[in-house]
Amino acid sequence: MNRKLLYALTLGVGLTPGFAFAQAASSTQSVSPAAVTMFIFFVLVTLGITYWAAKRTKTAAQFYAAGGGITGLQNGLAIAGDYMSAASFLGISAFVYAWGYDGLIYSVGWLVGWPIVTFLIAEPLRNLGRFTFADVASFRFDQAPIRVLAASGTLVTVAFYLVAQMVGAGALIKILFGLEYWHAVVIVGCLMILYVTFGGMIATTWVQIIKAGLLLGGATLMAFLVLYAFNFNPGALFAKAVEVHPRHAAIMGPIFAPGAPVSTPLSAISTGVALMFGTCGLPHILMRFFTVPNAKEARKSVFYATGFIGYFYILTFIIGFGAIVFVSTNPDFIDQAKVAGGMSVINATRGFPNMAAPLLAKAVGGDVLFGFISAVAFATILAVVSGLTLAGASAISHDLYANVFARGKASEADEIRVSKIATVCLGIFAIGIGVLAERINVAFAVGLAFAIAASCNFPVLVMSMFWKNMTTRGAVVGGFLGLITAFLGVVLSPAVWEGIFGNAKGSSLVTIDNPTLFSMALAFAGIYVVSKLDTSARATSDRAGFPMQFVRSQTGVGAEGASAH
Amino acid sequence: MATVRLEAIEKNPKYQHLVAERRSLGVTLSVLVCIIYYGFILLVAFAPTFLGASLTGGVTTVGIVVGVLVIVAAFLLTGFYVNRANGTYDTLTKQILEETSK
Repeated sequence: MNRKLLYALTLGVGLTPGFAFAQAASSTQSVSPAAVTMFIFFVLVTLGITYWAAKRTKTAAQFYAAGGGITGLQNGLAIAGDYMSAASFLGISAFVYAWGYDGLIYSVGWLVGWPIVTFLIAEPLRNLGRFTFADVASFRFDQAPIRVLAASGTLVTVAFYLVAQMVGAGALIKILFGLEYWHAVVIVGCLMILYVTFGGMIATTWVQIIKAGLLLGGATLMAFLVLYAFNFNPGALFAKAVEVHPRHAAIMGPIFAPGAPVSTPLSAISTGVALMFGTCGLPHILMRFFTVPNAKEARKSVFYATGFIGYFYILTFIIGFGAIVFVSTNPDFIDQAKVAGGMSVINATRGFPNMAAPLLAKAVGGDVLFGFISAVAFATILAVVSGLTLAGASAISHDLYANVFARGKASEADEIRVSKIATVCLGIFAIGIGVLAERINVAFAVGLAFAIAASCNFPVLVMSMFWKNMTTRGAVVGGFLGLITAFLGVVLSPAVWEGIFGNAKGSSLVTIDNPTLFSMALAFAGIYVVSKLDTSARATSDRAGFPMQFVRSQTGVGAEGASAH
Repeated sequence: MATVRLEAIEKNPKYQHLVAERRSLGVTLSVLVCIIYYGFILLVAFAPTFLGASLTGGVTTVGIVVGVLVIVAAFLLTGFYVNRANGTYDTLTKQILEETSK
C-alpha cells in the first residue's frame, strides 16, 4: 500500500492521492437509491441545458467561448468547477483523514498558482486572444510552427489529465454506485461527448457552474455539520481527532507521509514550481478567460475563482478531520477483520482511502447526504472532463486545422464541424485508454500534465506576451525543449521508471521526483538563447510586432475576443 | 486597427505611467506570493517541529495557522490587485483611450 502512495506523492501528484488506491478497493458499495436518483436528476438537468445550449451554439465564437457572454461571477464559478476535481475533493479529504496536516500542504500548492494567473496572465490573455491560448502565443509570430507547438502542449496536457480523470472516475463510480468499471468509464465518456459536441462552451460552462455550486454547497454542509457537533470550535474538533487517530498529536504537523512532497527540499520546490506555474499553463483553464466580455470581467472571474477554490480547500481540511472523528470511530465503516489482522482503523476503513468524504456524509447526514455527495463526485468528474475535452478539441480544430492545415482559410462551419469530430475522437480515445488503463496506477499522469503545462505552455505564453525579443524559432525550440524534458523527466523518475515499468530499484536516470524546476528553466533558457541568436528575416518581423501587441495587451484596444463587435 | 492610434497610445504619458505602475505591482505581488509559498515549503522541509509546535498550549499547531494564512494571503493579494486594476488602472485606460480616439 505504502509503495503505491509513494508513487502517487513523489510525483507531486499527491494531488490525486486517493486515486492511486482506487484499484485496490475491491469491494463495491451497495447501491444507494438516493445516489442514483440524484445522479439521474443531475444528468437530466445537464442534458436539458445541453439541448438549450445547442440552439445557441451556431458560430465558432459561441462554440469555443460561449459568445463571450459569461459574467465574471459565472466564470469564476465555472473556473472553480473546471479546476476542483474529484481528486482534490475525495483525494485531499482522504489524505487528511490518513495523515492529517500533510493534506494541507497539498491544498496550499493547488491554490498558489491563482494569484500568478491574476497578476501576470488573465488580462493580457483576454486582450490578445479569441478562443485558445495559442491565439495569444502566436499573435506576432509565424502562425504554423507556434500553433503546432501550442497544440502539442495542449494535447499532451489534456490527454494525460483526461486519462487520470477517466481511470479515477471508473474506479470511484464502481465504489459509489456499484457499477462495473468499464460501464462507468463509458457513461462518463458518452455524457462528456454529448455536452461538448452539442452544447460547446455554453453547455460546458453551465455544467461546471452547477457542479461548482453543488460541490461547494455539499462540502459546506458537511463542514457545517462537523463543526456543529463541536459548537463551532475547531480546537475541540482537532482535540477529538488527536485523541482518536492512531497517530495522535503527530497529525497536527508535518508527518512526512511516505513520499511526501518534501522528501528533499529540491524535490519539494520543483513540485511547488510545477503546481504554481502548471496552473498558469493549463489549456482548459486559460480557455475560460475568453468567455467573458472584457479584461475587467476576466480579472473579477479569477478573483472569485481564487476565493471559491481557497474556501473549498479549507473545507476539505475540516472534512478530513471530521472523518477522523466520525468515520474511524464508527464500527459500521471499519473492516473489523482487517483490524483484527493488525491494521489501523484508518487503513481498515471501507473503501480506503477514497471514501473518507462520502462515509463522513453518511455518518453526519445519513443515506440522503451520502447519495448527494456521491452524485456530486460524479458531477465533478463530468465537469472536469468536459472542460478538458473542449480544450483538446479546440487545439485540433482552431489551431491545427483552421490555422495550420487550412492556413486561416477554413470556413467557420468547417472549423466547427472539425471540432465536433475532434470531440468525438477525443471522447473515444479517453474511453478506450480509460478502460485499458484500469489496472495501471495513473497517479503520475496529473503530475505529468502539470509539468508539461509549466514547462511548455507557460514559458511560451508568458514570453510571447512580455519579452519583445522572442522569435518564432526561439519559442519553438524552447517550448519543445521544455515539453520533451518534462516528459522524459517524469518517465525516467523513480516513481514511474521503477514503480510503473518495474525496472530495478536505483536504475532510474533521474533522481528528482518532479522535473519541472529544470525543464521549465530549460524552456526559458532555450527561448532566450535561440531568440537572441536568431537573425532570420522572420525574427525581425517577430520583434517588430511587439510594441503594437503590447499596447493591445495593456489597453484592450482592438481586442476582438469572442464577443466581436 | 489604425497603427497611428496605437502609436499615439504608446506615446501618451498616461499610458507609460499605467504600464510602469501595473508592471511594478504585478511583479511585486508575484514575488511576494512566491516568497510566501516557497517560504512555507522550506519551513515544512527544514522546520517541521516548528510547524508541529502547539500554538497556545492546546492541540492547534503553528502549522495549521500558517497553512490557512497562506491560503488567505493568496486570496487577499489577488483581491488587492483586482481592486486596484478595476479601479485606478481601468480609469486610466479609459482616459488614454478617450484622449487618443480623435
